[in-house]
Formats: sequence, structure tokens, C-alpha cells
Amino acid sequence: MIEAELSRSAQRWCPGATSVTGAAKLSGGASQETWRFDIAHPDGPIGAILRRSPKGYGAAPTRAAGLAAEAQLMQLAYEAGVPSPRVMHVLTPDEDLGTGFIMQRVEGETIARKILRDDEYAAARPHLARQIGGVLARLHRLPLDKLPELRSRNATQEISEFERDYRSLNWPKPVFELALRWLRDHDPGASAETTLVHGDFRNGNLIIGADGVRAVLDWELAHLGDPMEDLGWVCVNSWRFGEIDKPVGGFGSREELFAGYEAAGRKCDPSRVKFWEVMGTLRWGIMCGGMMQRFREGPDHSMERAMIGRRASETEIDLLRLLAPRGS
Amino acid sequence: MQDEPTPVELTKSVADFLRNDITPLISGHQAFKLRVAVNILDLVMRQLTREEGSDASEVVRLRALLGVDGEVTDLNRALAARIAKGEADLATPGLAEHLWATTMDKLAVDQPNYASYKRELGRG
Repeated sequence: MIEAELSRSAQRWCPGATSVTGAAKLSGGASQETWRFDIAHPDGPIGAILRRSPKGYGAAPTRAAGLAAEAQLMQLAYEAGVPSPRVMHVLTPDEDLGTGFIMQRVEGETIARKILRDDEYAAARPHLARQIGGVLARLHRLPLDKLPELRSRNATQEISEFERDYRSLNWPKPVFELALRWLRDHDPGASAETTLVHGDFRNGNLIIGADGVRAVLDWELAHLGDPMEDLGWVCVNSWRFGEIDKPVGGFGSREELFAGYEAAGRKCDPSRVKFWEVMGTLRWGIMCGGMMQRFREGPDHSMERAMIGRRASETEIDLLRLLAPRGS
Repeated sequence: MQDEPTPVELTKSVADFLRNDITPLISGHQAFKLRVAVNILDLVMRQLTREEGSDASEVVRLRALLGVDGEVTDLNRALAARIAKGEADLATPGLAEHLWATTMDKLAVDQPNYASYKRELGRG
């Protein structure tokens, strides 16, 4: 039972901790799991989250930064004032919990459709696009010399990587070919400035409360690159969840996003943002293809995976709307 | 020729049973999975209903674009290769219209509630 190991762990680094209760798995593939639990403490329970690779799953997939890097990034972000959970503990081998870390649990909502529709967030919604701009600006200012080792990717390398992923699926799609050509023709090359890029900053990976953004989650795709990549990805239509006229996560306009970013002291390049939005739309489409392949070839034959495979056409219509818009 | 009911009618009977009789009985993660299952059956029914017609029109367009004949999968592969090689692009007469028509036919099966699709349907 995981609570026994967590109790032993918490007693080592959380003075006064007596035990751990209410451990529940929130999500998990084969190689990475997220658990919530409470640390019993004389001053009241402390809400916590465990992110780990169970024993025997040490190796991270090629694109992932790895859990140790994730912990380091979240802690750096927390210290720099980026809304982020405080990292409480990095797992050590003798704890028998696998590799990973434990962080403070931030209350709030991550389910995009609820954030976009529930009354609880109605007051926060109009401010989120601008606020997200400010959060991204602070994130992009994290000092490079303090970052863990991360892969580095410019636009040209990303195009090649996605093209290889797409070709390996043997899944000919004329719209994706058109997008790949467009990306090559509009490749902005290496950016003038290389910064930390979160890599998966979008509606769904943010904890939102009535007061706005409370935490940025899922740092596993963090890398070094063009900061405009994050601004493009947050605008991909797949993360607007039906609010298609509000490009920034279904919350607001690009202008608000850019204003928030620039008010925090950083410059935007809208043409690069557009490039990364097209790239991001194709990226999600190819990922849907990957889901189809995993459904077909294993290890995951679930209905959910199968259905995500059928969402590639959503990215095709969005690519056409970006690249070959029809008259209104 | 096979007997009736048709595959669409048979699939619909299963989908209706799951939706109306089983959904009220279960909750939690199983209820979520049941919703996915019903969505799959609905998708299958849309495809069974529409695929023949949409594939036929797609083949007609692809023949005109490519100047060759073949099955829909082979023609699609040929078009993808031409775009990849730069032999066809948005300036090619009929290409954008073809991609739009094909994509709209796919969304009609995959995700008719997708907001971008509903917006574009209003334009058509």
C-alpha cells in the first residue's frame, strides 16, 4: 500500500507529520503516475501531490525532460513568482516509491470545459488571456544558468522531427503535407533569443481558481527554444474547447495575451506566434495519429485511445482555416 | 445480398440500449467509458451511412486533380506525395476546394459537434 511508504517518507522531511491518508491515483499511464494524498499534521492536514515513475520505469521518453528536471523547474518557477506548486520533496531510492517528487496541492480546477463554462470562474475569465501573457513572460525570464539540462530545439529541428513522426505513421494526409510545406516555407529559423519553453502551456494544464491562474502544471515537455512557441501553443484551436473566437485557451484575444506579455517587460513577435500555432495544430494532429497507432499495436487498446485517433480530422479543419480560409 | 436489419439499424439498437437502459445504472469511470462506447457506435453509424457517398465524390475530385484513376486510398496517397514534392499546392486549381470538401466529409463522421466544423458548415 502506497500510504505506508508515503508516511515513512513524509515523516523524514515534514517535521511533525504523523501519517499519510486518503491516497488516490489521479491519472497514470504505464510510466508516470499522479497521486493525491494528505499529510496528517498537528496543525491540520497538508494537501500534497506525488508525481512519480513507478519502480522499473526510470527512463523518460525522448521528448520528456524527466521528473527530476520537472521538480527543479517547478521549484525555480515558484521562487520566481510564476504560479506554481511548491516542491516539498524529491524522492530518494531508499524510499521505495520509484523516481519523482512530492509537491504542495494547489486547489482549483484544471478541467478546461468547467473553467470556460462554470459560474465560479466567470469573474476570472475575462482577465485570463492577459494574465497568461504575464505568467509566460515571467516563465521565459527564468535564468538559463539555473535550469536543469534540457533538450534544445529550434523551429527547423521541430519541423524535421514532426515530419519524421508523421512519416513513421504511414498515414498519408494531404492536409498535413500542405501544413508541412507551409511550415518549411515560413520557417523563421532560430530565434534571436533562446529561453526556457514550457512546451505544453495550455488550457487543461493550468489550475484556475476564482482569482485566476493558480498554478502551471505538466512541465515534462520543457525545453530550450523560441519563447514564441508557448504563445502559439496556447492559441491552438484544440485548447479553446469550443470557444473558437477566443484564441487564447477560449479565454480571450491574442491582443490581450500580447499586452500581458509586453506589460511584463518582454516583446512579442506575432508572425512567429502564428508559425507556432500552425506547428502546434499539426503537432496535436500527429499526436492523434500516434494514439491511433498505440491503440492498434498496443500496449493500450482502449476505446479512449481509439477515439483520440479519430480527432486528427479536427486538426485538419483547423489547419485549413489557418492556411486556406474560405470567404466569410 | 445480406439480410436485414442493416448494420446501421443493428448498431443503433445496441447504442440505444446502452444509452437508455445501461447509462442510468452505472457511475464514475465506468460511466465515462460507457459514454465513449456510445460515441463510438454513433460514429460507426455515421460512417456506415455516409462513407459510400463521400468516398465516391472524393474519387471523382481526385481523378480530376491527378489525371489518374484508382482506389480512394491510392489516390489520396498520390495526392499527399504530390504536395510533399511541391508539385501541387494551394495555387493548383481545385486543390483547396477538394481538401475542404474532403475534410468536411470527415468531420461529419468524426466530430459533427466540433465548433470549427459547425462554423464552416454555416458558410457552405
